[in-house]
Amino acid sequence: MNDRKLLPKLIAALAVAAAGFALSAQADINVGVTLSATGPAASLGIPEKNTFELLPTTIGGEKINWIVLDDGSDTTKAVTNTRKLISENKVDVVIGSTITPNSLAMIDVVADAETPMISMAASARIVDPGNPRTKWVFKTPQNDALMADAIAVHMKANGVKTMAYIGFADAYGDGWLAEMNHSAQTAGIKIIAAEKYNRSDTSVTGQVLKIVSANPDAVLIGAAGTPGATPQKELVARNYKGKIYQTHGVANPDFLRVVGKDGNGTILPIGPMLVFEQLPDSNPLKKSAAEYITKYEAKFGKDSRTTFGGHAWDAGVMLSAAIPEALKKAKPGTKEFRSALRDALENMKEVVATHGVYTMSPTEHNGLDNRARTMIKIDNGKWVLAK
Amino acid sequence: MDFPIFVLLTQDGITNGAVYALLALALVLVFAVTRVIWIPSGEFVAYGTLTLAGLQLGKPPATIGLLVGMAVVAGAMEIVACARNGEPGRIPRRLATWTGVPVALAGIAWWLATPELPFWAQILVTLALVTPLGPLLYRIAYQPLAEASVLVLLIVSVAVHFTLTGLGLWFFGAEGSRTPAFSSESFELGGVNVSVQSLLVVFTSIALIAAFYFFFGRTLYGKALRATALNRVGARLVGIAPNLAGSLTFALAALLCAFSGVLIGPFTTVYYDSGFLVSLKGFVGAIIGGLVSYPLAAAGALLVGLLEAFSSYWASGFKEVIVFTLIIPVLLWRSLTAHHHEEDE
Repeated sequence: MNDRKLLPKLIAALAVAAAGFALSAQADINVGVTLSATGPAASLGIPEKNTFELLPTTIGGEKINWIVLDDGSDTTKAVTNTRKLISENKVDVVIGSTITPNSLAMIDVVADAETPMISMAASARIVDPGNPRTKWVFKTPQNDALMADAIAVHMKANGVKTMAYIGFADAYGDGWLAEMNHSAQTAGIKIIAAEKYNRSDTSVTGQVLKIVSANPDAVLIGAAGTPGATPQKELVARNYKGKIYQTHGVANPDFLRVVGKDGNGTILPIGPMLVFEQLPDSNPLKKSAAEYITKYEAKFGKDSRTTFGGHAWDAGVMLSAAIPEALKKAKPGTKEFRSALRDALENMKEVVATHGVYTMSPTEHNGLDNRARTMIKIDNGKWVLAK
Repeated sequence: MDFPIFVLLTQDGITNGAVYALLALALVLVFAVTRVIWIPSGEFVAYGTLTLAGLQLGKPPATIGLLVGMAVVAGAMEIVACARNGEPGRIPRRLATWTGVPVALAGIAWWLATPELPFWAQILVTLALVTPLGPLLYRIAYQPLAEASVLVLLIVSVAVHFTLTGLGLWFFGAEGSRTPAFSSESFELGGVNVSVQSLLVVFTSIALIAAFYFFFGRTLYGKALRATALNRVGARLVGIAPNLAGSLTFALAALLCAFSGVLIGPFTTVYYDSGFLVSLKGFVGAIIGGLVSYPLAAAGALLVGLLEAFSSYWASGFKEVIVFTLIIPVLLWRSLTAHHHEEDE
């Protein structure tokens, strides 16, 4: 290629680049999302990804660009995505990731770049006020402690004196056991057996036999998604007659499909959105949950609702509340705007979302209270409010 | 631990061990004939369960798409291969074998997949859908490299494993499925409950192992496979096509794995990626048999199943550690006692 032909091409390329620059310099708000739409956490990440398609494209009169990346449930990839979103896409806020290990690893990146982050993972450690780096980090799902406490309260009210625990042999299972130890002690309930299993185990007979021979009043299964059905079915097969509790990690239609009739009577704590139709009209969550679930099910099919998608929606609700405040102070795309957005998130008061009502403070970056939980029961393949 | 618990754990261990034994058998078979360490066997287990679960819902299972896709790729590869060798006349027949037959099977499965289909027919359709994936996979991934070293074939296997896991997520989705038990009955034997389902698993495994024994000992194809395993060049000289041997081996192995999938479906929830751990346990069993001996591999797999059942009772947190640590003393013992025969590379 000679120079004569090259020159016009160069000019054209420069013009395109300049136009691109001018476009990105406009005052659009870029929201970077990294979530786990593939890999082991895919059943959580996919409804979250779907939900981002439903979120508003303008907030406070500004256009919002949702940039959604998949981290494949992989911690390294989540960090790479976060760096890419911040340095290449110049995002004003990062949402993600789906699971706790990824979210914990992202904290350092967003703290260094002084960019606010909203996690959709559950662990309280993500927003630990003792860690100064979490100044930029918020999260939408309920802390496990809030849910463990709900289970302990329900057990005590139903006369449970001894309980056994069987959960995943990973951070989720261990985290729940630690929380439950604490909550059970407060409620005066003794944990007389604690067993572990893996998501892909072909059999949990050994663990369940040990639990059944200890004969506790109730068993809590600490598992997420359909693997929670494996110990449950085994307990039923071994004629266990006590109460069976699950965590909110199993609340999706696939769990109901897999557990079938063996799930009858199982009790679990949940964000009230899942059963919004059954809530009294006075509950502030009813209207917001109805709005989200109606939209979601219109697009993705009847009964396709999950609580995980709700966490993504709530991140959108938080931004809808905080962005107008931040816009009063600075222009999007600047350091000042990111700082103002962080302050606005921290100052949110009584923001009604689908899972609960968020009230943040410098030491509380989750901001949910008892209104964010309710006990439900499985009754013939349906979720119903439990007493 | 009292006696009933001991018996229940033993029963559980033997049932799982029987499934691992089928996988160990498939691994030994594939390694002996093609020198491929067949890491993706677990995906075939998962495909087996998930296909049956799809049929249970009365819908055409997602496997049909996978089968047709792979058949088209294999057909295209055959056209290219024939054109390169200057044998365009062979194309129609090759296309009929590699694309026509799988697509016809997929079509029949599509037509049969209604809620009225009886359970035994669903199992047959499942096996008919998953088994052809084996030879297709051999044609696409391994046949072009059939003469490569064991290490290269192992690396190909790793790549195939990840590809099939990804395809599994794409076709079957992230959530798991269970299939109903063949039988929910159980009976008392000496004061202990024995479930008919477990007995069925054990007996079908024994029957399949016996069938393989017969196949390799008595039939022409079985003997041809054994000949290829012993000496590829020699087998070729006496007129055994190594590619046919490879395809046949992969078909048998895929059949075994798919059947394992059908057997474990009622015991556990199977995900697109849960086959891997199951096949690793089969692999531990196969290693105990030195990747050559069928009876030793089956015994090793049974040992893995029992060890797993008892360690899950005593120390559930360390179960996998205990099972996979078993491989170290076995390897030590084998390396000290076995005669070394170097790869001819």
